[in-house]
Amino acid sequence: MAQEKIPVTESDYSNNSVEMADQLRADGKIYVLVGIIGIIFAGITVYLISTERKISKLEKSVSTK
Amino acid sequence: MRQSWWKILAIALLIYTLTAGLLMDVPRLPILNETIRALHFHVTMWFGMILMLMVSVYYSIKYLRSNDLNHDDMAIEFTNAAILFGVLGIVTGMLWAKFTWGDYWSGDPKQNASAIGLLMYFAYLILRNSLTDMQQRARIGAIYNIFAFAAFIPLIFVLPRLTDSLHPGNGGNPGFNAYDLDSKLRMVFYPAIIGWTLLGAWIATVRVRMRRVERTLEDKMINS
Repeated sequence: MAQEKIPVTESDYSNNSVEMADQLRADGKIYVLVGIIGIIFAGITVYLISTERKISKLEKSVSTK
Repeated sequence: MRQSWWKILAIALLIYTLTAGLLMDVPRLPILNETIRALHFHVTMWFGMILMLMVSVYYSIKYLRSNDLNHDDMAIEFTNAAILFGVLGIVTGMLWAKFTWGDYWSGDPKQNASAIGLLMYFAYLILRNSLTDMQQRARIGAIYNIFAFAAFIPLIFVLPRLTDSLHPGNGGNPGFNAYDLDSKLRMVFYPAIIGWTLLGAWIATVRVRMRRVERTLEDKMINS
């Protein structure tokens, strides 16, 4: 049977018993990750937009032929 | 670019997802630790997949009512994008499961059911490719698509809930399942669903336009 849900409480945010990447964040290295993933996302987005532009051109050339 | 507001929205929501998803405070929970952030990336793939499959079914029905191949283009390409999301969802799920449940594949009911669901959609692609007549392919594809969706929903939403599962809200196991989604997580999770779904829709519509150009060219070659 499905079990009862346990609500996430304030102590789940403030406890020190569960290990998290606190040092990585304190060192500011998390921003390196955010930067890297952001750059990759930007690259893929630009590529998608340029592909779409090419298709727009094709659509125009096909309809005017 | 015609009507590009929703594409800009998609980019904005995804930039928010990538940054807030990595930076915002999350609950410190045992077993999950930092991997709780995969919620915004793995779980959203499945939500995006289902939303796109709904669009696909809508166009399959429209095709059956009109026999207009333009509707079939939408149906097949939204399914293609949905399958891409589903494959990404199952692979990211396996990676996540390795570090939280201990194994890539635990034979969890929801894992098995989603694998079966994906196989049904692979069969859809094979079925379509085995038919050469365009109208016949579109019609049989549309009917298959509607039935596949009708089987997919109970497979991943209903059946896993009837038994023990490692997935949230399904059974009685450690990990994520016992915790209710709290409001801080939702602040990233919901925008993430919309963002990923819009990105999928964007990819799908680009490919629809490619298909239509192709068909126009073919028609011109035949008529010239």
